[in-house]
Amino acid sequence: MTCMSGDHSPRLPERDRPWMMRTYAGHSTAKASNELYRRNLQKGQTGLSIAFDLPTQTGYDPDDELAKGEVGKVGVPISHRSDMAALMDGIPLGEMNTSMTINATAAWLLALYIVAAEEQGVGQEQLQGTTQNDIIKEFLARGTYAFPPAPSMRLIADMIAYTVEHVPKWNPINICSYHLQEAGATPVQEIAYAISNAIAVLDAARERIGRMPGGEARMEQVFGRISFFVNAGVRFIEEHAKLRAMSILWEELGRERYGVQEERHLRFRYGVQVNSLGLTEAQPENNVQRIVLEALAVTLGRDARARAIQLPAWNEALGLPRPWDQQWSLRIQQILAYETDILEYPDIFEGSQVMEGLVEDLLAGARAEMSVVAEHGGAVEAVPYMKAALVDSHRERIRRIEAGEQIVVGQNRYTESEESPLTADAEGGILVVDPALEAEQIQALRRWRSERDQAAVQDALGALGAVAGDEHSSENLMTATIAAARAGATTGEWSSTLREVFGSYRAPTGVGEARATVPDGDMAELRGEVSRLQEKLGRRPKILVGKPGLDGHSNGAEQIAVRARDSGMDVVYEGIRLTPAQIAASALQEGVHVIGLSILSGSHRELIPAVIDALRDAGVQAPVVVGGIIPEQDVAALRQAGVAAVYTPKDFDITRIMRDIVALVGAGAEESVLAAGGTSANGSA
Amino acid sequence: MSAAGAAIGARLRAGDLTAAPAALNLLESTAAADRQQAACLLAEVAPSALGGEAPAHVIGVTGPPGSGKSTLLSALLHTWRGQERSVAILAVDPSSRRSGGALLGDRARIDFDPADRGVLIRSTAAGERLGGLAWATRAAAHALAAAFDIVVIETVGVGQAETEVADVADTVAVVVQPGSGDVLQFLKSGIMEIPDVVVVTKSDLGQIALRTRREVSAALRSLGSRSTRVLGVSSLPPTSGVQELAATLDEHRAGLCVVERRLQARRAGALRDFAHEYGERGVRALGGRAAAEALLAAQPTGLEVPALVAALERRCDDRAGEDGRSRSMS
Repeated sequence: MTCMSGDHSPRLPERDRPWMMRTYAGHSTAKASNELYRRNLQKGQTGLSIAFDLPTQTGYDPDDELAKGEVGKVGVPISHRSDMAALMDGIPLGEMNTSMTINATAAWLLALYIVAAEEQGVGQEQLQGTTQNDIIKEFLARGTYAFPPAPSMRLIADMIAYTVEHVPKWNPINICSYHLQEAGATPVQEIAYAISNAIAVLDAARERIGRMPGGEARMEQVFGRISFFVNAGVRFIEEHAKLRAMSILWEELGRERYGVQEERHLRFRYGVQVNSLGLTEAQPENNVQRIVLEALAVTLGRDARARAIQLPAWNEALGLPRPWDQQWSLRIQQILAYETDILEYPDIFEGSQVMEGLVEDLLAGARAEMSVVAEHGGAVEAVPYMKAALVDSHRERIRRIEAGEQIVVGQNRYTESEESPLTADAEGGILVVDPALEAEQIQALRRWRSERDQAAVQDALGALGAVAGDEHSSENLMTATIAAARAGATTGEWSSTLREVFGSYRAPTGVGEARATVPDGDMAELRGEVSRLQEKLGRRPKILVGKPGLDGHSNGAEQIAVRARDSGMDVVYEGIRLTPAQIAASALQEGVHVIGLSILSGSHRELIPAVIDALRDAGVQAPVVVGGIIPEQDVAALRQAGVAAVYTPKDFDITRIMRDIVALVGAGAEESVLAAGGTSANGSA
Repeated sequence: MSAAGAAIGARLRAGDLTAAPAALNLLESTAAADRQQAACLLAEVAPSALGGEAPAHVIGVTGPPGSGKSTLLSALLHTWRGQERSVAILAVDPSSRRSGGALLGDRARIDFDPADRGVLIRSTAAGERLGGLAWATRAAAHALAAAFDIVVIETVGVGQAETEVADVADTVAVVVQPGSGDVLQFLKSGIMEIPDVVVVTKSDLGQIALRTRREVSAALRSLGSRSTRVLGVSSLPPTSGVQELAATLDEHRAGLCVVERRLQARRAGALRDFAHEYGERGVRALGGRAAAEALLAAQPTGLEVPALVAALERRCDDRAGEDGRSRSMS
């Protein structure tokens, strides 16, 4: 030790323990993911972070129509207790700390985890970890919701009430500001909406435990178990200030609104995944620097340091990361924790006027925005307001990048680059999930269904439906859910039982309320082109913006929709999670001139051709363009399938995309005029 | 292509629902050639061609934003499909036309099986016409009424909106959410015409929904309206009142003299279109509103709106000619 630690040493007497290090991981099958987790733990990872595939997240079995192309893509498919047991095979659940990115179906996945632990001989009271379980941000930004707001909040309150009593070391919910930033939130919005969201959850929990004998006394404990999941962007000084502001608001909220007294329960605890929105497809190696700086935002100051960190991989804007890419990000954490000296000091920003000033500014802004949300009747009621505000902020962010006011190195500045050796391999430097796995998974599921005790499953689901049907039931939905998990029910069965009682739901898209783009020169020219096209078509150009599949990342689609409107088109946008048949029906009935599809989940190889087939079957000949995370090597296949143009994150200039689309429709109109012998073919679509 | 409009119209007349999208594309077009074709299409589905009024029940559904119209329609749609009645919904969006474009998101809230050929939903922007229904929407309602069992025109707003809808609909339903005072105010102050049915949504809210129903009923009584039915529904599961609403709409239609109502509606619509095209000066050139109405009343009853507008235009030209002659003589 070179440290000459005396009485006045600025160092801590003892180096802090590092935060928990995780990697957000899971793909293909439970078995493949289990192998990956074990390897990651050997590499020095200290906790697990499970990525579930979209069908699991939204409550569909692999053989559901909506699951087509999505099974095992962005995470692991888990249908029943045996899948969960395989996922956790050989991992001692009594000692592991497991974070699950699971929301609408959180109660179900926690139940499967509890049953898997039981099978390992581990009691639920020993389990440690987190279910993300934040439904408001799903409505706002991430899109993997399953039920309407009220029953969704009831599920959350029931989980909180259950875990506080039976799984006391579990964090039943992680209030997420992460996805708000991904959806374009400013730091002020991120703070205000996350804390408002927490208030809605805590109010619901307070009401729920109030109905339990001696429940009110548990509010202190409930507050102490609520943790956060935040984002950190590359403006890392302000981002750090944001976390300090959140911890101040949190403590204030605990004391004033919920009467929490114990210090340990008032502490602002958060995990973090740093920013993916700012990661670029162009010169993707630069993302490593961005990730390092973002990690500083959440580690630098001791008073607002993360409890758990997972870092994205350098190639997220290209496709799914491989184990090696994720290892690189884990090593960033390890170097920060073990090689640098950041863990050796007390809070290094204490007394900094700049930091205090920043925190004050953010607090003032956040309080003002929180009162707007409160005026709407709280976070649940304010979902449409907050969604529109986020779409608007994102629109502004894109405008600044397009205009060069916000510099993104390698994307809108310093774009000349040498050939990258990192993406030179056949797959383009990403993970490709074997499409044959979906069929295998479906077969395995059918085998499971045929071999289990069918009557026991029916009974358990019947009981679950009965509890769900009684809004004021004193029984906890978790109890019935765990019983169904034990009986061998599947993810799709659990969800459809609840969907039948709760109904289904479509979240607001936020695009209708978004303010108009401030027209610049390019925009004015575009509008001219649109109105000339209108003359030619006889009708205003009409575009269908569609999101096929289960992917809930709608930011890109929303921005395309808003810009199309602002350029003078009529825009049909129905939000997320559409089947090819739905898209085809809309295109036909609405008489659109062009169809834009957006997919970020990697399921484009299966879904785009399926949509095109459905369109042509319906007799719709309008051209199709595609946007999203589409690896370069997939573009040719999509064009072959009939896609007129493919746009990826490097095409950040949306006005340009619009001009392409207008030209495409114009060329089509000319062709059909010629084909029709000079008269308008407008009625023939 | 020259017979396209007539052919599409003939398919609709024969009950071919798959002709609907092409019909709508044509009716929405402003290109001169398409407008001609649109007139041919409409002639094919005019009462004179159908041998009577189109059999569909045309229902106007209006109400302030957020009152739950789309969710209600979603629930009604399921009831109607359960009765094996085909349904076309024309959703008119009031979106700002500042930039010219509009976002049409209503269909997202109406839940139906995309493979079900008995359902059609078409969204249109309210367009340049202030406060209301696009020309195309009225024409579309007339055309689709030849093929579908039920045609719904959904518009947003109170005041102007239900007046315009009344020009095409057999039955007008206004949708109100509990606790909203606007509709009551509009009713009492006479800004809003008295609808055929008032639907108070979100009955699951209990007391507040009941109070709104009572207030609406009281307001209607004080205005002397005895025929307007006031119903409470809850469109989210467990739904309630939706079957009753469907039955009430049917009853209203059954008690109606459809021939008379449609005839009046077509005449009012023709005058509105004419005034939109030629302004109040044009109406004065006809000799004023009363003269125009008299002229319309003198036309054969089986004519569609474009034919009625054409009659007004002919009169206008005639009078201009007469004016020209009388001026030259003086």
